[in-house]
Amino acid sequence: MTVTSLAPLLVAVPLASAAILLLLGRAADRWGHWLGVLASAAAFVVGALLLTDLLGRDAADRVVDVHLFDWITVGRFDLAAGLRIDPLSLTFVLLVTFVGTLIHLYSVAYMAHDAARRRFFAYLNLFIAAMLILVLADSYLLLFVGWEGVGLASYLLIGFWNHRTEYAVAAKKAFVANRVGDIGLLVAMGLLFSQLGSLDFESVTAGVESGAVSTGMLTAIGLMLLLAACGKSAQFPLQSWLGDAMAGPTPVSALIHAATMVTAGVYLIVRSAPVFEGAPTAQLIVTIVGAITLVLGAIIGCAKDDIKKGLAASTMSQIGYMVLAAGLGPIGYAFAIFHLVTHGFFKAGMFLGAGSVMHGMDDTTDMRHFGALRTSMTVTWATFGLGWLAILGVPPFSGFWSKDKIIEAAFVVPEGAAEWRAWVFGIVALVGAGITAFYMSRMFFMTFHGKARWTDSRAQASDERPLRHPHESPWLMTIPMIVLAVGSLGLGFVLQLGGGFTTWLEPVTGHVEHHEPVLSVPVIQIATLLAVAIGLVLAWRQYGALPVPTTAPQGSVLTRAARVDMYQDTVNDAVLVQPGQYLTRSLVYGDRSVVDGAFTGLGKLTVGIGQVLRRLQSGYARQYAATMLFGLVVLAIVVLAPRI
Amino acid sequence: MSLTHYLVLSGILFSIGAATVLLRRNAIIVFMGVELMLNASNLALVTFSRLHGNLTGQVMAFFVMVVAAAEVVVGLAIIVSIFRTRKSASVDDINLLKS
Repeated sequence: MTVTSLAPLLVAVPLASAAILLLLGRAADRWGHWLGVLASAAAFVVGALLLTDLLGRDAADRVVDVHLFDWITVGRFDLAAGLRIDPLSLTFVLLVTFVGTLIHLYSVAYMAHDAARRRFFAYLNLFIAAMLILVLADSYLLLFVGWEGVGLASYLLIGFWNHRTEYAVAAKKAFVANRVGDIGLLVAMGLLFSQLGSLDFESVTAGVESGAVSTGMLTAIGLMLLLAACGKSAQFPLQSWLGDAMAGPTPVSALIHAATMVTAGVYLIVRSAPVFEGAPTAQLIVTIVGAITLVLGAIIGCAKDDIKKGLAASTMSQIGYMVLAAGLGPIGYAFAIFHLVTHGFFKAGMFLGAGSVMHGMDDTTDMRHFGALRTSMTVTWATFGLGWLAILGVPPFSGFWSKDKIIEAAFVVPEGAAEWRAWVFGIVALVGAGITAFYMSRMFFMTFHGKARWTDSRAQASDERPLRHPHESPWLMTIPMIVLAVGSLGLGFVLQLGGGFTTWLEPVTGHVEHHEPVLSVPVIQIATLLAVAIGLVLAWRQYGALPVPTTAPQGSVLTRAARVDMYQDTVNDAVLVQPGQYLTRSLVYGDRSVVDGAFTGLGKLTVGIGQVLRRLQSGYARQYAATMLFGLVVLAIVVLAPRI
Repeated sequence: MSLTHYLVLSGILFSIGAATVLLRRNAIIVFMGVELMLNASNLALVTFSRLHGNLTGQVMAFFVMVVAAAEVVVGLAIIVSIFRTRKSASVDDINLLKS
C-alpha cells in the first residue's frame, strides 16, 4: 500500500461529507459544520502525506498516475478515470485544502447566525471535492467534470441568500458567463479528440509534441481553451460576473472567487502548455488578454466604494497577471503558479478581513462609511495590512517574490518574437503594479485610517454618519486571518528560497534557461517599487490625509466608467443580451406561427372537413335508407347502362 | 302471360316497399315495407328460376324466407323494446346516432 493510493480519498472525503450533510437534513444541524471542517482538514492531511511522499522521490519520478476505474470504452477509444499527482496538481491540492480548511473554520463563526449553516458547509465541501477533481484529473474529460462541479458549487454559494432577487440574479449571471467559457472547453476537447483520438494529458502531450497536429489547429484549440479560462477566471471579455458574484457570503468570495476556483483558468492554461507551445499566436493572445484584464481590473478597483467589489476587481487584475505570465510560455508558467499560490493566501486573507469588518459593521460594505477602524479592530487591521503589503509587492512580503518575477518575465523578449512585446507587456505589468498600489492603499486607508465616518453614539447618528458598534471578531474568525497573514508575510520568501518552487514545478513546466530581460533586473525592481511608492503616496494624500466624503463625488469620466465596471454590463447587454433575446423571441414566434402553425393548421383542416361531413349523419334511419337506395340505383345504372 | 309480367310485378312491389320504407314514419309500417321488398325479390328469384330452367333461384328464395323470418323476430323485438322505453314507434324519434 503506497501513499499515492490514498489520493482518491482527497475527493471522496469532502464529497461524502457533502452528501451526508445534504441527505441528513436538519438532523445534522447541530454538528454539520464541524463535519465540514473535518472533511476539509482530512483532505489537507492526505495532501500533506502525498507531499512528503513526492518530496521523498527523485524529481523525475514525481508524476504519479492513479488509476480509478475504466470510464468510457467505445471501440478503440478507451478512457480511464484516473488521478494525476504531480507537483502542479499537488500545489493546487495543498492550496485548496489548506486555505479551504481555514475558511471552513472561519465560516463556523461567520455563518453562526444563519439558519442554513449546514447547507452552506455542504456546498463548501462539494466545492472542495469538485475543485480537487478539477486539479487532479488526468484527462480533459475528468477535468471537465470538476470544472462543471466548481461552477455548480459557485452558483449555489453565490446565490446562497437567494431570497434576495438580486443575489439570485448574480448567481445566474455567474453561471451563464461560465457556460460561455464551458463551450470553449467542450469545443477544445472535441478538436483534440478529432485530431488525436484521446483526451488524457499523457497522450495529448505526446501527440502534440510528435507534430501530429497542425499549427492552425493548435491555435484553434488554444483559443478555445483560452475562452474556457476567460469564463472561469473572469478574464476579458467574460469578466463581468465576478463583481456581482460578491453577493455570496464573504467566506465564499475568499475561497472560490479569490483563492481557488477563479484561478482554474490559469491552471488550465499551464496544464495545456504543450498545446500553447505549438501555437505562438494563441500564446500571444493569452498574454494580451492577461494584460488587458490586469489594467481593466486595476482601473475598476480604483473607483469601487464597495470593499468586496474592490477586492473582486483586484482579484481580476491579479489573475490578469497570472494569465499574462502563463501566456509568456515556459518562462512564465512557474511564476504564474507561484503568484497564484501567494495571491491565494493574501487575497483570501484580505477577503476574510473584509468579512470581519462587515461582521463588526452590521454587514455594510460601503467604505465611505468606514474609517478609523484600526483601533476597534486591531487584529483585522494587522492581518489586512499584511495582505495589503503583500499585494503591493513590498519586499519581503510574498507578493514581491511572485509579482516581481512576473514583471521581470514580461520584460523578456520571447524566443523568435519581436522586441516590442517585451516592452509593451513589461510596461503594462509595471504600470499595473502602480495602479494596484493605489487602489489597494485607497481601500486600506478608507477602511482603517482617517476619521471615522460612522458614530457609536445614538445622539450623533445620521444618514451621513450611521450608528455602528465596530468590534473585533471572535477567535474562530481571527485565527484563520492570522494564519493567512503569516502566509502573506513569509510564504513567498520561503517558497522562492534557492529557486525552490520553480524547481519543484519543473517536472510539469519543464526546465527553463535563464533569460535576460530587456532592462536589467535591478532596474526593473527599482522601477516597480517606485511605481508602487507613487501609487501608495497618491492614495495616502487623497484618502489618508484628506477627509473622505461620505457620498461619492461625481468624479471624472474614467471614474464614472470604472464605477459601472467600464460599462461591461451595458456592452454585454447591447451586444449579446438584446440580440440574444431578440433571436429567442423571433425563434419562439417562428416556432409558434410556422412549425406549430403547420401542425395545428392541419388539425384544424381535418376538424373543418369533419364538421362539413357530420351533417350527413343526421341519425334518421329513413335518410340512410334513401341514401342506400340512391346508391344502389346509381350502381345498377352504372352496371347496366353499357349493356343496353 | 309472359314471364316478363312477373318481373314487372316484382319491380312494382319492390318500389311500393321501398317507398313505404322511405316515406312512412311508423316503425311497424316501415317494417312491412321491408317485408314487401323481400317478397318482391323472392318473386323475382322464382321467376328467374323459371326463366333459366333450374332451381337455384327457388333455393335462394327459401334462404330469403328463412332470413326474413329471423329478421322479423329480431326487428319486432327491437321495435317493441324501443316503444316500451320511448313511448313512440316513429323511426324519426330514434336519432341518437346523429353526430
